[in-house]
Formats: sequence, structure tokens, C-alpha cells
Amino acid sequence: MDLHPMVPGLAALEPFLDPLWRDQISQRGMEGFDTQSYPPNAPKTVRADWRPADGSKPACTIEQLRAQVLEPWGISRGIVTPLYGVQLVFNEDMAAGFTRALNDWTRARFLDEDTRLAASIILPMFNAEHAVAEIERLAPDPRFVQAMVLVMGETPLGRRHNWPIFEALVKHDLPLAIHAGSSWRNPVTSLGWASWYMEDYAANQQAFQSTLASLITEGVFSKFPTLKVVLLESGVSWLPAFLWRLSKTWKGVRFEVPWVDRSPIEIVRENVRMSVQPFDAPEDAETVDRLMNHLGSDEMLLWSSDWPHWQFDGPPRLPPGIGPELMQKICVDNARATYRRLAWETVP
Amino acid sequence: MNVIRPEAAPGRPLAATQGLVDVDIHPRVRSVKDFDPYLSAEMRHRLHTYGNRPRHGFVKGTPYFKSQPLASRRDAWTPEGGTPASDPAFTATQHLDFHGVDVGVLNPLQPSGQGDMNNPFSVAMAHAVNEWQLDQWIAVDGRLRASVVVPYEDPEASAAEIRKRAGDPRFCQVLLMSRTSHPLGNPKYWPIFEAAQEANLPIGIHAFGYSGWPMTNGGWPSFYIEEVSEHATSCQSLVNSMVIEGVFERFRQLKIVLIECGFGWLPSVAWRLDKHWPTLRDEVPHMKRAPSEQIREHIWVSTQPVEEPPRPEQLLDCMGWIGWDKILYASDYPHWDFDDPRHAIPSYIPEAKRAAIYGGNARRVYGF
Repeated sequence: MDLHPMVPGLAALEPFLDPLWRDQISQRGMEGFDTQSYPPNAPKTVRADWRPADGSKPACTIEQLRAQVLEPWGISRGIVTPLYGVQLVFNEDMAAGFTRALNDWTRARFLDEDTRLAASIILPMFNAEHAVAEIERLAPDPRFVQAMVLVMGETPLGRRHNWPIFEALVKHDLPLAIHAGSSWRNPVTSLGWASWYMEDYAANQQAFQSTLASLITEGVFSKFPTLKVVLLESGVSWLPAFLWRLSKTWKGVRFEVPWVDRSPIEIVRENVRMSVQPFDAPEDAETVDRLMNHLGSDEMLLWSSDWPHWQFDGPPRLPPGIGPELMQKICVDNARATYRRLAWETVP
Repeated sequence: MNVIRPEAAPGRPLAATQGLVDVDIHPRVRSVKDFDPYLSAEMRHRLHTYGNRPRHGFVKGTPYFKSQPLASRRDAWTPEGGTPASDPAFTATQHLDFHGVDVGVLNPLQPSGQGDMNNPFSVAMAHAVNEWQLDQWIAVDGRLRASVVVPYEDPEASAAEIRKRAGDPRFCQVLLMSRTSHPLGNPKYWPIFEAAQEANLPIGIHAFGYSGWPMTNGGWPSFYIEEVSEHATSCQSLVNSMVIEGVFERFRQLKIVLIECGFGWLPSVAWRLDKHWPTLRDEVPHMKRAPSEQIREHIWVSTQPVEEPPRPEQLLDCMGWIGWDKILYASDYPHWDFDDPRHAIPSYIPEAKRAAIYGGNARRVYGF
């Protein structure tokens, strides 16, 4: 559910760009949108055995995806979501222009090449009208099965100015995927900028909590009860304690947010799904079993590899202590239930 | 959470067999004039003319309006109409005597000047607040212990204030707010850790304060319910920072007590760091011990707020993962979310463990 082809460089997007933006790449000497959230040379960003021996670019072609993931692991369906930093661009027109090109690159280079693949619509979130327009442009193609935003945006995701986006997603039966990473509008911690990349990466865990809190308390799920949210590369083990606290606080101060008419625990179980990689818990079956109990639902987890990020060595496997029934749900059933578009199966 | 006292009858928890220690009591001035005797003429002028300048925009109150006036129990105003917890005698009547508290740790909050945008003012205020605690509280009630309030955005001055108080048994910890202007593990703050370790004082980090940065890494939230919840994420960030910057490698005797930060999140933070340390350790060769090991050794947590999972055994799991020797009872008197000790620690927790939470653990970490 979480495959990340890497754009080899701005030149790869040129065939899909309006001349206005295409010309600026060379005119202004633009150097590319690789983001600090995933430094290209960091071991974390690309697993060592997935870097080509000849030093060429990793994880950027359909052949690499097939050889490293689809074939060896027998994947029947996969969702590709490029993490090229179009979200970082401050010029909202330019951001929208490059985002359109990125989505068209994904369609031409991956979706058109392999029928096992579906994709995320990357959203230009700097301007809600642009985001809605991109949803309307791509939603008719059923191979786009969700829309994706970065977890650290400019303003908390649930804010009302984003509601037209949620309305468009619901209209087209598209889940909202929220992926790790920052648009670099705010420091990666509420205490300011961090010294180490490891802090940046760790900060995603806080971001997912804040983002869910925003979606819930602003009333997004009251207004759009059918909106499905999928957390990608979020980690898993933080969710129960976060919900215990938010639900407790809600009991104390719900007068402030009267539109939140159910406990946040209930809302999240119904509307939120999360990918299983990276699974942030000890490697022992007993603790995993307790965590699954805390999660309180066997319908929330979706299997993911997070290719090409280095989250595990060798072939993927589920955490210890997960039985065959839950495995079937995590690997197949939950995704089918979340992504109804995956069942449409028609290519225009 | 109690806006008013839930029971009229006084009483002490039966399980508090190792003493009842409350690590979170918030004494307050009747008015900022109470600090005048401890300030220079220049700083008195500043206090009364420009006032506190925390890293937010309002002159009075807070940017996210609390759910209750002064975030306090409605019955905590003194009989004379004084602000909550401004009178040691009424504090004793309403809390220490009422609940049988043996030792209470004072954590003065604003208007303490901590985190002020003006460092010299913050330095002067911290000194004043410390003197005020000794004169107005510790001298009056022998059950109370003071915190060394430090102007943490000026770490050298903070270290000097700590060294001034070192060895004075009336002080039991150094006090920081959780929302600092840099992530707390930043080497900028290391003089504070060095002085605290040297003085053998734990560092109590109380949730709150204003860092000046948005309260989420995705921007400013809208509601108080978010601000309150985001204390958990701010505290997670400070733990991440202390571990990743190598604070606990450098200061091996350092003890951190997280007060009113919640604690349900702590196991997951440790697990996340453990999970990613192997794939990121080329960047942080200074980290020698597994993050979970550092956290287990150096960090204590207080109750209030206690997360409320749907099933009791889930809280037991969580407390066990943190360590039964690491959890300290806190009332948060006089705030609206005050926890009566008789009800704060659920009775399904085995009695010996409750006894440790009520008193034994605090006595060990603070040396009471």
C-alpha cells in the first residue's frame, strides 16, 4: 500500500509540464525537489540492496519496482506514491504545475506500464482550489485510488479552509492518505528546529497525532462521516495512548467542540486506517498481542512495504504473534474494504 | 477532572503506606506585587510596566483560553477571595490536611517569568520566585518542598541559580517548562543539566510554557482541546531530543521527572526510537545505548493526567512498560483537572504498586 518510486530529477517531469514551468527549470537553474525528509543518500531512504551496483539512480523505474518488490513478493496490487517535494514549493501556481506533472509522470511511467499498480493523487495543498481541481482532473481515472498529503503541512489539516478538498474526496470515493514528511512550513517539533535527521524522522510520530487531533476536533468526520483516512509510514504503537488521552480530554472540555458528538476512539476506529510498516514495537509476540488489544480493532491495519525505505531486511514479514486470520485481514481484506476503487478494475 | 471537590469528607488513600507525596502543587501569588521585595527597582518597574512577555501575543491570559478561570477548581479561591493556591493555610485546609499529604512539591507556573522573551527579566524573576517560595510557603508549612525555578532560556544564569541553591534541602528539584525555544536536548541547555547533576537534583519538567513556535509541526491548532493534547507531543519531542542529542550519554546521573505530561505515550516513543536507531545510527554514533534503555534509566513520570483506556488491563500494560518504579502521584492542585488521591490511582492496580506510586517512588527519586 505504500510504494515510493523516486523521481530521478526535474528533467523527468519535463514532458508533462506546461512550457511556462518547463522553461524555468533551465532558465533558473532549478536543482530538484528532493526533500530533507528523505535525504537521497541516507541509508534510511533506500535500502542498501536496492541501490543499483553501478551507482545509477535507485527506485525510479518500473523495472526496479518489478524486480525488487512485485515479482519476488508476489504482490497482486500495489499503490505507488512518489514523495518528490512538490509540496515544498512556495509559489502556489508553480507548486500546482509541478504537482500535475508529477501525477502525470506516475500515470505514464507506472500505471500505464503495469496493471497491478494503482496510485495516489498528490495534492497541491497550498491552495485548496488547486487541490480540488487536481482531484477533479484525475478522479475519472479509477487507477488513482486515493489522494495524498504530507503529514506536516502549513496549517493543521482539519482546518476549515481544507474542507472543499474533503468534500471532493468523498464525492469521488477517494480515501485521504496522509504520509510521513514535512512541507517545511513549520519546525519539525513544537520546540523548534532539530539538530539531527533522526529527530526529523522521529517527529513524524508527533505529526500524525497532531493531524488526527485536528481532523477530529475541527469536526471533519462529523461533516464527512464517510471520509476514510489512511496513515502511511506513520508507525502504529502511538495510536492507542493518543486516543486514550484525547478521549479523556474530550470528556472534560467537549463544550468547546460541540460538533464532536462521539468519542475520538470511536471516530478513529470507523474512519482511520494505517499502514503496518514501520511497525514500532518490540519483536516479541506478547507485546504485539497486547498492542493489538489496545488498538481494539482488527480492521485498521493495512500491509505495506514502504519500498524503497529501509524499514526491514530481506523479505517482508508481519510482526510476531499475528495469527493467520489477522494476517489475511492486514494483507488483503482491509485494503479491499478501504479502497473500493481497487475493485473497479477498469482502465479507461 | 474536578471543577469542584467530588467529596466533602476528608480522607487519605488507604494504600499510601509508603507516605503520600504529591509532586505537583501550583502555588500562586495573590498579585505580582508579592514579588516586589525580591526584585531590583529596575526589574520592579519592568514587571509593573511591561509585565511578563512570554512567547505569545496576549498581555493577559493565554492564547488558548482555558476551560476554567485560571484553569482552576471553582472552589479553590480562598475565603477572602484570593486566587487559587495563593494562601498556604487554605492550601493546607483544602488539600494537604484534607487528603493527608505528607510531602508536597511546589511547581510555580506563570507569572514566574520562565520562558520570557527578555532574559535579564527572566533571570531576576526566577530568583524572586525562589525567594518567595522559601519565605511564603516553605517557612510556613514544613510538608512543602520548593523547586529551583530557572530562567532556562539563559542556561548559564540557570546554572548559577542552581548552584546557589545546591545543598539546600528546602529545594528538591530544578523546574523547567516543557515548551522551550529549542528542543531540550540541544547543547545550548547542557549547562543546566551539568549543574543539576552536580547538585544531585532531579530536573522536573512540567508541561506548559510557550516555545514561540507553532504548537504542532503542522502549524497552529484552533482549540484548547488541541493545545492540551499537544502537551503530549511537545514532551515527546523533548524526550526524542534528549536521547538523540546524547544528553544521557554525557550526564549519566541525570534524573528527569515529567510532570503533568501524561505518560501513555512514553513506551511508544521508546519503541519508535529503538526501531529506527539501527537504520539511522550512522548519523548518531554518539548514541551508545538503546533509546529505550536510556529512557528506562533516566526518566520518571507523574500521574495527572492518567490516560483512560477502555479496559483497565490496558493501563496496567502501559504502566508496566514504563516501570512501576517510575510513576509518581501528582494532584495538580488547584487546577480544574485536579486528581483526588483516593480516586486517581485506580483500585485495580495491586496495592504494593499503588503504595510505590503514592510515595515510595517519589521518596527514592527525590531522596525524601
